[in-house]
Amino acid sequence: MANEMSESPVFAVKDLSVKYGEFRAVRDVTLDIGQHQITAFIGPSGCGKTTVLRCLNRMNDFIDSAKVEGLVDYHGVDLYNSEVNPNEVRRRIGMVFQKPNPFPKSIFDNVAYGPRLVGKMSKSDLNDLVEKSLRRAALWDEVKDRLKASALGLSGGQQQRLCIARCIAVEPDVILMDEPCSALDPIATTRIEDLMQEIKKDYTIIIVTHNMQQAARVSDRTAFFTTEVNTQSDRRTGVMVEFDLTEKIFSVPSDERTEAYVTGRFG
Amino acid sequence: MNGLLAVADLRGDPRRRAHDRRMRRLLGGSALVTIVVSALILFVLARGTLDFLRSVGWDFGILRDSSKAPGWFPRRERFDLLTIFAGSVIMGMIAMLVAVPLGLGTAVYLSEFAPSKVRKILKPIVEVLAGIPSVIVGYFALKFIAPNIVNPIFSPDQPRNMLVSGLAIGVLVVPIMASISEDALRAVPSSLREASYGIGARKSTTTIRVVLPAAVSGIVAAFIIATSRAIGETMVAAMAGGRDGSGPRTLNPLEPGLTMTAAMTNAAGGTDQVNAGAPFQVLFFVGLLLFMMTMTLNVIGDRFVQRVRQQY
Repeated sequence: MANEMSESPVFAVKDLSVKYGEFRAVRDVTLDIGQHQITAFIGPSGCGKTTVLRCLNRMNDFIDSAKVEGLVDYHGVDLYNSEVNPNEVRRRIGMVFQKPNPFPKSIFDNVAYGPRLVGKMSKSDLNDLVEKSLRRAALWDEVKDRLKASALGLSGGQQQRLCIARCIAVEPDVILMDEPCSALDPIATTRIEDLMQEIKKDYTIIIVTHNMQQAARVSDRTAFFTTEVNTQSDRRTGVMVEFDLTEKIFSVPSDERTEAYVTGRFG
Repeated sequence: MNGLLAVADLRGDPRRRAHDRRMRRLLGGSALVTIVVSALILFVLARGTLDFLRSVGWDFGILRDSSKAPGWFPRRERFDLLTIFAGSVIMGMIAMLVAVPLGLGTAVYLSEFAPSKVRKILKPIVEVLAGIPSVIVGYFALKFIAPNIVNPIFSPDQPRNMLVSGLAIGVLVVPIMASISEDALRAVPSSLREASYGIGARKSTTTIRVVLPAAVSGIVAAFIIATSRAIGETMVAAMAGGRDGSGPRTLNPLEPGLTMTAAMTNAAGGTDQVNAGAPFQVLFFVGLLLFMMTMTLNVIGDRFVQRVRQQY
């Protein structure tokens, strides 16, 4: 595992394991996430990469049966400490979802949703913040004349950039992206990838992707997950195989399962 | 086989096709009967209305006759529509004041807050409540709401009054309000809730700012359909409302009152003991008005339900 990080990590995950009821979805995940880096989680379906991602901002809290074991350390705080308020966690660790999910509100109100939660803000400050967020999400020029129009009238790619704008409007520290481009065409995908490169100087980004080329293009580090079949129960459990610099994962991986996956021989 | 087919090869079994045709006719026939019955109801109402209007003349002062005291006295040929219209509206409004907060609160709890185990028990109970015969709610009004709630607090002159009846009708339509609203709330995709949680919003904030606005057309539909049901409710209004058409067009809910529906039961063989002439035929006239009122509400409500379905 690569430890040559310049600063203290944003996340230090140790022996993370998630159960849904009796079923263990993923186990033994240990990794450090560096600041202002893009980390990709790759692997075949059912390997637990989305489950792990959702542990990082406690979105798994909404699944009654989910039980998280192990340590998720975020800037020195155990995220699963009983005193931690998950809403505060999610304000700092935003999320962009697989399917663009703008609210059925205006474009402006979508971006202003988060800032309005935090507290009273003058109208002009709010306008500035919305503009800044939309500019950062590379959407401003396309929507500046129709901020009052419904967000549902935007194209899929625009909707996803709007969701990114909505996420960064609350000035998070980390952005978790769960297959953000899987519902988008290649052109829209390229725009999102360019956008990730632009905003990574301000945010730490973790992206789950099915698309290995995407991981290779955008990420600094990659974690490869796979599934192991329990021969007794015939159930699959996700495991993290390897976590390293992206170029190493894709050129000289140290585990043969990783090599089989990235060269297309498996999964 | 030489590779060519004759049409006969693809015709299939003629008996099966005949069976198919018979089924289609049978099912189509039952659908037709439903429509014919509805049309007959409308026809009977319209014919009775015409008879009534002809027998009393067009200038009989349905709404206003300054020479006589206001009130609904069919036997004296005093048909003061505003009295019974006011009765229906007042009791309907009281009912909705009860049904909206209770019904919507139940719906929000079931859809957003209840653990799935609680929901599995509670939701069927709510739906069973929707099927309670209204005569039972009528007795509930007389034996519980009047003596235990309304009388001690307001001490009205009459134990049977518009407030007692309105509250009971409200209880009766809570399950309708709750059930339709809950469907609307659950139709809101969970991805919208996740989007809100993902920004750090609390559950209550998410419910108020995202889920309820997204479900608003369904909730409006629930409101309209429940209102229509409240205005159409007959038994509770007749049992607990006082059945008194003599009052002025009072807006005081502690007075006894008469709804359009209760006036119809009177005319159909209740206290007025008439079964012919204008005092009887007025039943059709009021019925037609009521029919048009509730149908208009239902059509509007249906529009809103359609809008929910299209949105996502």
